[in-house]
Amino acid sequence: MKYYGRRVAFYAITLWAAISLNFFIPRMLPGDPADILLAKLARNGDVSPAVVQNVKLILGGSDESLWTQYWTYIKNLFHGDLGISVSKFPEPVWDLIRDALPWTICLVGIATILSFAIGIAGGAWIGWKRGTAWDAFIPFTTLLQSIPYFWLALLLVYFVGMQMGWAPVAWGWDVQTYDHPELSWPSIVDVFQHAVLPATTIILSSVGGWLVGMRNMMVSTLSEDYIVTAEAKGLRPRRVLWTYAVRNAALPSFAGFGVTLAFVVSGSLVMEQVFSYPGVGKLMITAVQNADYTLMQGVFLLTTVTVLAANFVMDIIYGFIDPRTRHHG
Amino acid sequence: MADHNDTIGEDVRESEFVTPAATTVASAEVVADGLPTEQELGEVVGDGSLAATMTGQASVVAPRSRMRDMLPSVSPKLVIGLVIVGAIVLFAIIAPFFTLDPSNTEYDGLLRPGEQGHLLGTTAIGNDIFAQLAHGARGSLLIGIVVGVIALVFSVVFGIFAGYLGGWADEGLSLVTNIMLVIPALPLTIVLAAYSSSRSMWLVAGVLGLTSWAGSAIVLRSQAKSLRIRDYVLASRVSGEKSIRIIAVEILPNLLPLVAAQFIFAIIFAILGEAGLSYLGLGPTGAVTWGIMLYQAQQGSALTLGAWWWFVPPGLLIAVLGCGLSLINFSIDEIINPKLRNAPKAVKRVRKARKTEGEAGSATLEAGA
Repeated sequence: MKYYGRRVAFYAITLWAAISLNFFIPRMLPGDPADILLAKLARNGDVSPAVVQNVKLILGGSDESLWTQYWTYIKNLFHGDLGISVSKFPEPVWDLIRDALPWTICLVGIATILSFAIGIAGGAWIGWKRGTAWDAFIPFTTLLQSIPYFWLALLLVYFVGMQMGWAPVAWGWDVQTYDHPELSWPSIVDVFQHAVLPATTIILSSVGGWLVGMRNMMVSTLSEDYIVTAEAKGLRPRRVLWTYAVRNAALPSFAGFGVTLAFVVSGSLVMEQVFSYPGVGKLMITAVQNADYTLMQGVFLLTTVTVLAANFVMDIIYGFIDPRTRHHG
Repeated sequence: MADHNDTIGEDVRESEFVTPAATTVASAEVVADGLPTEQELGEVVGDGSLAATMTGQASVVAPRSRMRDMLPSVSPKLVIGLVIVGAIVLFAIIAPFFTLDPSNTEYDGLLRPGEQGHLLGTTAIGNDIFAQLAHGARGSLLIGIVVGVIALVFSVVFGIFAGYLGGWADEGLSLVTNIMLVIPALPLTIVLAAYSSSRSMWLVAGVLGLTSWAGSAIVLRSQAKSLRIRDYVLASRVSGEKSIRIIAVEILPNLLPLVAAQFIFAIIFAILGEAGLSYLGLGPTGAVTWGIMLYQAQQGSALTLGAWWWFVPPGLLIAVLGCGLSLINFSIDEIINPKLRNAPKAVKRVRKARKTEGEAGSATLEAGA
C-alpha cells in the first residue's frame, strides 16, 4: 500500500506543479500576453468586463494580489473554466479541447499500444537470436528513431499519399462527404482510413526505442544464471524464451512506458500539423499561430494532465505485475 | 511524500528505467549489477576469460590487456558513427565558406536540382538549397551542442548530487526531476517559446535545454547512488573531503562514459526538438537551421508543388546525424554494459565451436545433451 500511497502523492504534486507552471509562465515571461489578447478580443467586438476579468485571471495583469489570483485560478480550473478562445471567439477553451482530445487520445493510444507490442515482440526475438544476422536490425532502428516525426509524416504524405494515392493525407475524416463522423459503417471506415498514415508515422518513429530497449534487456537477461540453469535442466527453448527470459526482460519497458508516452505525445503534436489532424496538436498550433494564449495554456494543461493520468494508470499496473516495486517502494 | 526510497537497495522502478532513447536502457540497467564501476576498478572478468570458459581455450585468449577491454572495441558501429558525425561536422565548418549566400534570392522561383548551377535546386523564393543546408548545419549543430551542455549541467546537478547526497536533498532534487520527466517536453517548450515575439538562437537553445535534462538525471542519479557506498568513496569521506570534491574527483570520472552517452542523447534530442519547434514557426528568428528550412518548405507549400528536393534533404540530414550519434552511443553502451558486448560474441563462439566439432565428426556431445 505504501507504494500506491507514494505514487498518488507524487502525481498529486506533479499535477499541482503543472497547474502552477501554467499559472506562472504567462506572468513571468516578458511581454504582456493579457493586453495583447484583450486587444485582439476588442477587434472581435465589445468585450464584457467579465471576459476581461477572466483573461486577466488566466494570463496575469489583474490588480488583485498574486495569491488571490492564484486561488481564483485554481478554483475556476476545477469548475472546468479555462477561459475563452480568441481565434474561435466566443467558444470556451474547454469545449474546443473536449472536441479535439478524443482524436489525439485514440490515435496516439492505439498507435502506441501497437508500437509497444511490435517493439517488445521484435526486441525479444532479436535478443533471443543475439550474435546472428538479426543483430543487423539494431543499427537500422536507430535511423528510424532519429527521424523527426513530422518529417516522416511529410514523406508519407508526399510519397504514399500524393504520389501513390494509397491513403488520404489530410483531416480526420472525409469533410466533403460528412459534416461530422457518424456512427455508420462507411463513416467509421473513413475515419480509420484517415488515421492510417498518422498512425504509421507514430509506429515507425517510436517502435525503434522499444525494440532496442527490449533487445538489450533480453541480451542481459539471457546471460543470467537462472537462464543457464533453465537450459541445463533441459527445458524446451520456447519455455526458456517465454517464461524465463521475456517476462523478466519486459519489465523495464513497462516501467518506462509512461515516460515514452510523454515523448510520443510531444512528437505527435507536431505531426498532427502535417496531416491537419483535428486533435489537440493542431489546436495548439492554431492557438500559437494566432497568439491565442488562453487556448494555448488550456491545451498545454490538458495534455499534461492526460499524460499524467496515463502514467498513473501505468504505475498502478506496474505495481501489480512487479511485486518488488510495492515492497521496496 | 515524494516517490523515492532512501534505502541502499535499488528501487526497481528507478534502477531499471527506460527512456525513449533506447540507448539509456542498457546504461540504466547496469545499476542492478554494478558492473561498470567494478570494471573501472579493474576487478571485472574480461571478455577474454568469459570466452575462455565458453570455448575451453584459455591459453589463446588470456593475454588480452585490461586496457583494451575498457576501450571501445573498434566495432563497425563506432566507425560508421564517427565517420557520419565527423563528415557532417566538417560539412558545417567548411562548406559555408564556399556556398552562395543562403538568403540570396537572385534567381526567382523554384528550380530543380542541378538547374542553373544550383547543386540541389532552389526554394520557391530562389534560395540555394545547398547553401541553406550548409549554413543550417551550423545552426542546428550549434543549438545541439549548447542544449547538450545545458542538459549536462542540469542532469549532473540533479542526478549526481541527488544520488550522492541522499536524504532530503535527494528527495527534493529527484522530485523536481520526476516532475520534469512526466511533463511532456515539447508542449512546454512551445508554450515557453510562444510568448516571445523574436527568438534568438540562445533563447531557443535555453528553452530546449531546460526541458531536456530529466531523463539523464534519473540515469545518473541511480548510478551515483550505487557509487556512494563504494569503499574508496567512503574512505575519502572519512578523510574529511568536501562533498563537492568527492563528486568531482571520485564520482564524476567513474561516470564519464555514462555522462558522455547522456550528452550525445541530449544533442540528438535538441536537434530533433529544434526541428519540431522551428517547423511550428517557433524557431530562432532570422537564423538558418534545418528545422527552419522545413518550416519554409511547408510555408512555401513544397508538398503540393512536388518540390521534394526542398523538404527531403534537411530531414534526411537530421536523421543521418541522429543515426550517427546513436551509433556512437551504442558503442559507449557496450563499454558500460559488457554483457551487451560479450553475450552476442559468446553465442557466436559457441556456435562456431559446435560447427567445427560437427565437422570433425564428433556429434557425441549433441547426442549426450
